[in-house]
Amino acid sequence: MADGAAPVLDVRGLKTVFRTRGGEVHAVNSVSFHLNPGELLGVVGESGSGKSVTMMSLIGLLPSPPADVRAGSVMLGNRDLLKISAEELRNVRGAKVGFVFQDPMTSLNPVFTVGNQIMEPLMRHMGMTKAQAQIRATELLALVGIPDAAARLKSYPHQFSGGMRQRVMIAIALACDPDVLIADEPTTALDVTIQAQILELVKDLRKKLGMAIVWITHDLGVIAGIADRVMVMYGGQVVEQAPVRALFSNPQHPYTRALLKTIPSLTGDRAARLQVIEGQPPILIGAPTACPFRARCPQAFARCESENPDRRSLDGRPVGQGHDVACHWSPRGAHA
Amino acid sequence: MLDVTKAPAPLVQVRGLKMYFPIYSGLLRRHTGDVKAVDGVSFDIMPGETLGLVGESGCGKSTVGRALLRLYEITDGKVVINGTDIASLAPEALRRARPQMQMVFQDPQASLNPRMTLADIIGEPLDEHTDWDSNRKLARIYELMDAVGLNRRFANRFPHEFSGGQRQRIGIARALALNPRFIVCDEPIAALDVSIQAQVVNLLEDLQDKFGLTYLFISHDLSMVRHIADRVAVMYLGRIAELSPRDALYARPLHPYAEALLSAVPEPDPTLAQTRQRIILQGDVPSPANPPKGCNFCTRCPKVFDLCRQLKPELAEVEPGRFVACHLFSNTTAVGSTDALQAKEHNQQGDNR
Repeated sequence: MADGAAPVLDVRGLKTVFRTRGGEVHAVNSVSFHLNPGELLGVVGESGSGKSVTMMSLIGLLPSPPADVRAGSVMLGNRDLLKISAEELRNVRGAKVGFVFQDPMTSLNPVFTVGNQIMEPLMRHMGMTKAQAQIRATELLALVGIPDAAARLKSYPHQFSGGMRQRVMIAIALACDPDVLIADEPTTALDVTIQAQILELVKDLRKKLGMAIVWITHDLGVIAGIADRVMVMYGGQVVEQAPVRALFSNPQHPYTRALLKTIPSLTGDRAARLQVIEGQPPILIGAPTACPFRARCPQAFARCESENPDRRSLDGRPVGQGHDVACHWSPRGAHA
Repeated sequence: MLDVTKAPAPLVQVRGLKMYFPIYSGLLRRHTGDVKAVDGVSFDIMPGETLGLVGESGCGKSTVGRALLRLYEITDGKVVINGTDIASLAPEALRRARPQMQMVFQDPQASLNPRMTLADIIGEPLDEHTDWDSNRKLARIYELMDAVGLNRRFANRFPHEFSGGQRQRIGIARALALNPRFIVCDEPIAALDVSIQAQVVNLLEDLQDKFGLTYLFISHDLSMVRHIADRVAVMYLGRIAELSPRDALYARPLHPYAEALLSAVPEPDPTLAQTRQRIILQGDVPSPANPPKGCNFCTRCPKVFDLCRQLKPELAEVEPGRFVACHLFSNTTAVGSTDALQAKEHNQQGDNR
């Protein structure tokens, strides 16, 4: 969106470490990003790349111990979420930041009705009476496209299908009109035709409500269709960040490029053989001193072993604003 | 692709396969209905071919795979593998037939015994079906580990010491142990990360070339199926909606469900994503315990008309090699080829490709 507008969420140098018997696992390593008003930021990465842990760290959802959010700042408006008390943070969660998780079955409470679960944040955060909350809950269910909303409030989660449950999750996340919605793999557990319904719903809700969204996924196809800007994570770090079109048309990090090549296409030429990224994702024990992708990188050289690359801008704009990449290798003139 | 003039006999022939799971309810646990997980499915798989079986969760694709290997006692139908009707074999004969047909499971974590070493796991089929001495078995185990790209030094390790991709290699090695001809791959890559999926798919393709394997590749990932399969069957609610050669299906799906399913797959291209017309299906898949009357897709079909709610369409050849179960193609006035009616008479697939 507009460059000048102050970001709704600004994360700087976030570090999260898990203390385990095998050593300290540096799951999130100096992650910085911001979210502009009304923007949809896609976060792509494989399991273990730190994308979910980053978002959980922001709003204090990780149990400590073993998790330890070591450094950084998370500015939501003008408050640093890492510095406020647990009680204040509880007022932020659900009210200012909504969360949609991957599996709608396990994230809804099976013994309460759906209505109950939508009304809870409304009464807790907005100070509504039960009657007011009920009216609002009906509106919310209708908003996310559940037919016969008033009657369905009395249903339990098991009476809904997977896609419907995810709609309920979205209704709960939107209940208090949050500034930021964090969606962690919200369509991964769903079938493609149901995923298509949810993606349409989110596009529609963005038009109506204009909230800023962080969308975590490993599916580059979903990102291509929905995101404004994309952040690629690998080994607990942001390796590349760019507007969606730039990322897909001109990927710069060797990991991003390899990732785009490994997915077979539905249209166009059919490759005789799939490109592979050899090897396994890194084990993140100990503070990183080298590039996390070096062992699998076709372009790795001596410096990748000795120094973890910083993010650098490729288009002259400040890091995080335009297209940036964390890689030592630089093809001359690859980017204007 | 295979030559039409001297088409070989299919390795796998499935005719009218039905798999019902009974529902018992009430105080007396009376049999009150059936979940019709698979309700009349017929197809052939040629030797060396990969048939992709796609569909959404609950459509019965995994049940078909398991019923083919008779991991379930099937309700009705014939499953002829390499000339033997698996569905009617006596237990001892079935045991002797098992080496030729094997399975690779979805979840490599759950399908490997955590208390057995890698060598025990890969060697178990050999213990069961051969009388080889331990040296010969070990030699075979090493050979299999080489074939799937596992280091021989790992032979005495346990499954938890391996990553998801490596565990799936163990599962593949186990399936290969007895030199099978036919392998059912039930979502073999669904539990793996994107960068690991390609490794496993390439391995499956290499092994197919090397050992002349025939695959039934069950998956919900339509772009991966496009990569690996020769022909693709699209299932919906226990029945095949369309069965077509891969390129034809992806270029121009005929059945409205196949069309909607393909259009729902997000493409990793932001420019294309904006221009592409997507068909958004309304509602959810009906329960297989109570499928709708007529065509089972009639509740969600964007092209539904009266006949669809009354009469169940049969799978019929509407173009050479392409089979569709849809009333849009079942008479001469509708879209489709003029000999569709004739083709409907003999519901055989794969024999005149």
